[in-house]
Amino acid sequence: MIRESSDAEMLKGTLDMMILRTLLAGDAHGHTIAKIIERTSEDFLEVEQGSLYPALHRLEDRGWVSSVWGTSENNRKVKFYRLTPAGRKQLAREANRWRRMIRAIGLVMGEGVVREGGMG
Amino acid sequence: MSWSRFFRRKNEDVDLREEMQSFLAEEIAENVARGLAPEEAERRARIKLGNPQRLRETLWQQNTFSLFEKLGRDLKYALRTLVRTPGFSLIAVAVMALCISAATSLFTIVHSVLMKPLPFRDADRLVVIHEHFRGAWANTPDFNYNPVAPADFFDWRAKTHGFEDMAIMRYAGYNLTGERGELPEAVSAAAGSWNMFQLLGVQPALGRAFIEPEDQHGSTVVLLTWSVFQRRFAGDAKIVGRPIHLDGRPFTVVGVLPSWFKYPDARIQLWVPYKADAEPKFLQRHDSHLNLVVARVRPGVSLASAIAQVSTLQYQLHLQYPHVAEDALARSLTEDLAGNVTKPLHIMLSAVGCMLLIGCLNVANLLVARGAARQKEVAIRSALGAQRATLIREQLMESVLICGAGGLSGILLSVFATRWLAHAWKGLPTAQSIHMDGAVIAFACALMCAAALAAGLLPALSATGKGVMNPLQTSARTGASSISRTGMRKSLLTVEIGITVVLLIAAGLLLKSFLRLRSANVGCVTENTLTLKYSLPKNKYDAPEKVNAFNEALLQRVRSMPGIRAAALGNILPAAGYWGDDVFTVKEHPPLNPDEDRPDALTRWADPGYFGALGIPFLSGRSFTRDERVARSYKVIVSHRLVQQYFPAGDNPILKHLRVPTHAHDGAPNDIDYEIVGVVDDTVYQVGKEPKAVMYFPLFEGVTSNNIQMLAVRTTSDPLQFSLLVQRQIAALDPELPVSDVLTMDQVIGESLGNQKLSATLVLAFAILSLLLASVGIYGVLSYLMAQRTTELGIRIALGARREQVLKLMLLDGLRPVIRGLLLGLVIGAIATRVFTSTLSILYGTKPLDPAVFGAVVLTLLLVAVLACLTPAWRASRLDPIQAIRVE
Repeated sequence: MIRESSDAEMLKGTLDMMILRTLLAGDAHGHTIAKIIERTSEDFLEVEQGSLYPALHRLEDRGWVSSVWGTSENNRKVKFYRLTPAGRKQLAREANRWRRMIRAIGLVMGEGVVREGGMG
Repeated sequence: MSWSRFFRRKNEDVDLREEMQSFLAEEIAENVARGLAPEEAERRARIKLGNPQRLRETLWQQNTFSLFEKLGRDLKYALRTLVRTPGFSLIAVAVMALCISAATSLFTIVHSVLMKPLPFRDADRLVVIHEHFRGAWANTPDFNYNPVAPADFFDWRAKTHGFEDMAIMRYAGYNLTGERGELPEAVSAAAGSWNMFQLLGVQPALGRAFIEPEDQHGSTVVLLTWSVFQRRFAGDAKIVGRPIHLDGRPFTVVGVLPSWFKYPDARIQLWVPYKADAEPKFLQRHDSHLNLVVARVRPGVSLASAIAQVSTLQYQLHLQYPHVAEDALARSLTEDLAGNVTKPLHIMLSAVGCMLLIGCLNVANLLVARGAARQKEVAIRSALGAQRATLIREQLMESVLICGAGGLSGILLSVFATRWLAHAWKGLPTAQSIHMDGAVIAFACALMCAAALAAGLLPALSATGKGVMNPLQTSARTGASSISRTGMRKSLLTVEIGITVVLLIAAGLLLKSFLRLRSANVGCVTENTLTLKYSLPKNKYDAPEKVNAFNEALLQRVRSMPGIRAAALGNILPAAGYWGDDVFTVKEHPPLNPDEDRPDALTRWADPGYFGALGIPFLSGRSFTRDERVARSYKVIVSHRLVQQYFPAGDNPILKHLRVPTHAHDGAPNDIDYEIVGVVDDTVYQVGKEPKAVMYFPLFEGVTSNNIQMLAVRTTSDPLQFSLLVQRQIAALDPELPVSDVLTMDQVIGESLGNQKLSATLVLAFAILSLLLASVGIYGVLSYLMAQRTTELGIRIALGARREQVLKLMLLDGLRPVIRGLLLGLVIGAIATRVFTSTLSILYGTKPLDPAVFGAVVLTLLLVAVLACLTPAWRASRLDPIQAIRVE
């Protein structure tokens, strides 16, 4: 709790968005979600359990994802998370906001920086 | 976070652990797949996952309302503290329960009687209109609002426009006899104009209300109230349309009123149309004040202008007819019903308020003492950075718990207390049912919270205030910091004692007033006297001779019974109520004082043996004779007060004449000169009221209507043993005649004092309880003081202080706040009782600053205080100095 600085606050928002984005492809359990984010970010982002599960709970409380117990591909009992219609809308809103933010920051920082760090 | 997660935190945690478990397993499997050795795979997975315990804690917190969590913790802590001292807790809870239940019960009654609108359509536009005389005597509290004369009402209704409609009613009584030999019964009834129920907005539960053509002389329709419908007719709906017998005449039941309808009171069993049994002559009378007029203000018209119109008309009537009131006054239905109970209700409510305050102060005082024991803990915690709010919240929790538990049990208790009080309190309006509802519960809860705050905040604030760190700076328990705390306790105690003294004074005054009332001289014999009431039905006893024959036969039979010393028969016995009065003029001389109100006296009928049997002495003249009856009976006996008031001093009233223009009772001859044959001593019409001038007319004059008779029988032994024997004599003469109100004279008087007794007893009970609480407070404070000064006292004794010196020191220390509180209480009490008595005029024969009462209060309080101080002071003087000094 105490370690959460303003940086972390911003990251928390983006983690939520990225989780939603991951679930767009289909239902997934915690481990898969973490793996997908790591892989797609070319192992730049590492998702810790410590932030993943609080984020998932938060999203579930807000009604953006729903969860159901199932079995994983490796036959383990896991909780699958699914994007709800409300979550889908939220994702669109967040992504939009994010793009505008990045563009704005890019404009301030100069064109070149944006191309380097921008979204694919 | 969400509520569902909050309540399912445990399950959520189990789920989470399972999820983490599989996460770990997946990670390990992946690592193994990448070619790592199993141990290494697990190690790396665990490193990556971090501390699972921390995650669980984070999520647990995320799923928790932190305020709730903290409150819960405080609650648990406070509960444990309270359970550790069960004696203290039980006493405190019991005190709060008593106080809150008393307050809630009284509030229930006040709410039902004074605040809740009556269950009628737009009840806020309904008023009761009264006549009002301008004379001085009429402006005493009992006579401000006069009942209305029928002719005035008919004029008002026809000629004023401020009211949508007006309806009139008067009380009546019938003998209800059964068709199949059921027992006869005397029932209270009301005669109401046809529009009464329409005006109130009441729909009969069965059948219909009266219609206009039914409201005329000789009409024989009747509306039953729910209670008589259930009780007498077994709730059989077929009774509607069938006849029932009232005074032997068949009346057709047209409807049954709903069960909740109890206006104007619950005694009324049935309603007949207003004019059904009224002589046409009666309807034209402007001076027969026995009606209640209900009116509905027209929408858009103010009550003031509507009543002003009626008042103007009334003044014209006053100019036109003699003896008619000058004005009309209106008040709300609720106010009208509450009338006499408002005063005692206010007094008791104040008493209960005081008691509640004392209860809070007591709990506060006990909590301050407890806070003292935790001084160091609080100091250390605030040194470590605890916020003041947190500390206060924690300390408040105890008083919240005490008041919560006390309040809940108090509400439960008050369910019974209210029922008992409503039952014991005679004359409480019954039109609104008295019961607890949402508003009352809300009040009780608010009271509970207020009490918790009042009792808890003061100690909590003082314990966490500026000097909170001081205990850390002194090594001794008896440090300087406790001085302010002791001061706090002493001031709390002073206030507590002050309020107790006020309550004691109020209780003492009420009690003395009640005792004075009880021993007040009624003016006649009261011991070993049985009274009963019967009413001769008009259709059967339609001639004066028949009435006289029955009455004489009864008197003869009763007087010849063994064990009966004498019997008196009249329409109203002394102390049985006001009933009726009539105006008169003295024929032989003009009014003594032309400006004074016209002569007016209570009207009574008496048989020749009445005065002898009741022991009312003759001051001059004689009683009636047996042949002063019917046409030869124009004689009157007057009371001493009448002579005093309306005859010049030294004038012999015997053989003078009183001219009575109109008798209040139908069938009595009007405009006749009555010759005064005797003067008797005064009797009171109601215990506690000043005697009023009385005119006694011969019973055998033969009044045929409104034939209520009261028989008083003086017996040689316990009068109640004779009740059945006397009733049997009546049944032998007329088996259909019901008898009611079989009571001894002492019971009649006791009955009329019931309410004074109730309020005196209740306030006394509150006062004694407060005294008890205050003495506990004194004892507590002094014990605490002693504990604080143990070392000091030990040193004193070691240095040679004598035991009695220590005793005196401690006693004086304990008594100082008592004296201060006593003085405070005496001053407040003197002001409060003066205000109370001047606005409420509730005391009888007792001055508000009654020295006996004040003296008794001072003595009682001092005695109790000394007793409460003695134990701790004695203990202090017996201290073993070595032990005492070693305590540190």
